[in-house]
Amino acid sequence: MAGSGTSDVKLLGAWASPYVVRARIALNLKEVQYEFLEEQFGTKSELLLKSNPIYKKIPVLIHDEKPVCESMIIVQYIDDVWINSGPALMPADAYDRALQRFWTVYVDDKFVPSLFGIMRSPTEEAKAEAKEQALASLQLLEEAFGKISKGKPFFGGDTIGYLDIALGSFLGWMKAFEEMNGFKLLDDTKTPLLCAWADNFCNNEVVGAVIPETAKLVELAKVMQARYKSAPPAN
Amino acid sequence: MASEKGIKLLDFWVSPFGQRARIALAEKGVEYEHKEENLLAEKSELLLKSNPVHKKIPVLIHDGKPVCESLIIVQYIDEVWPDKAPLLPSDPYQRAQARFWADFVDKKVFECGGRLWKLKGEEQEAAKKEMIEILQILEAQLGDKKYFGGDTFGFVDVAFVPLTSWFYSCETCANFSVEAVAPKIVLWVQRCMERESVAKTLSDPKKVYEYVRFLKKRFRIE
Repeated sequence: MAGSGTSDVKLLGAWASPYVVRARIALNLKEVQYEFLEEQFGTKSELLLKSNPIYKKIPVLIHDEKPVCESMIIVQYIDDVWINSGPALMPADAYDRALQRFWTVYVDDKFVPSLFGIMRSPTEEAKAEAKEQALASLQLLEEAFGKISKGKPFFGGDTIGYLDIALGSFLGWMKAFEEMNGFKLLDDTKTPLLCAWADNFCNNEVVGAVIPETAKLVELAKVMQARYKSAPPAN
Repeated sequence: MASEKGIKLLDFWVSPFGQRARIALAEKGVEYEHKEENLLAEKSELLLKSNPVHKKIPVLIHDGKPVCESLIIVQYIDEVWPDKAPLLPSDPYQRAQARFWADFVDKKVFECGGRLWKLKGEEQEAAKKEMIEILQILEAQLGDKKYFGGDTFGFVDVAFVPLTSWFYSCETCANFSVEAVAPKIVLWVQRCMERESVAKTLSDPKKVYEYVRFLKKRFRIE
């Protein structure tokens, strides 16, 4: 296990996946040189199937031929390995770590499904419900930010950390949905802290390089929505 | 709630998630106050205050500060009391593997097991097929190791072993045998039960089955 110059690091991913963005932000913050292997939309490469036989999903980090799967497990792994490079992604205090892990699970289990529910919902009614749930989740995250950031710009304090990466990786898609649907998810009056945080996050040079462009995501979303509409109804 | 010293665990007797926390605390030799919530009645004020987001047990309250979500609690316990019985390995790659498999157990075993005893007919058959696949994957992952953690009892063992008390209920409701599809897992359970932390914590599978039958009646699934 050596520094970024001598080890072999590959990331299997796709430009639009927020889960892949998580891994890329972590790698970039730690200044790790890596090869990005883009999976083609709709197909799975042999390397992917071999590296992640359980879920067959991206991202997969392959470090010296050994695969690591699941985006936030990858982020923790990057933090553990490249410990002397870049900022620490996890806070030093065990309780603070538990809080960031808790809210990361919340993002994954509650916020993200409601966010993508906005795109996937077959009826206007279901879409409205998904939107309400997404907004309610963001309200809780706003309160959590107030407590965890302790007045600093990020959940991680002065620097981007674990929970920032977990939530911030979805900002590209959030902006795409705001544009497509003509409503705001982050709002100056309801979630002022998260609005400021989102600006700080996206303006960070490491992040800016990997968050997908809103216009491209909107285009992709339209393609995906057409697929959902033309697919036979799920039982 | 702020500066109350000590450790409290909000729990429910049959919850495998609460048992993860109890096993971890026992492995570390940590003294704590065990508070049984009656989830079949009203949730206590302390629970609602400590876990306002999910209102679920287990919650570990350490010097007044609540930690929620069983695997997060186990990691917290491992980090606060690192000197005895380390649960996560020190090597980053092994840690990533341990987290992956604990997460796999979380995502797959309980949910599929629930479908096994709640559903009937075709849906139950589908759940059974899935459960057999899940057990075979875990069997392959365990291989010939003493524990999922290797020679030492670790994070994945803590994550999975409480769920094994529910095997009897799944087998009885869906008519299959865990031992037939995953004999190494069954032997691993026996080895884990030789540890005091596990033996004193796990529910008797017959009592779990009584509880499952009670739930089925209550929710009229029969």
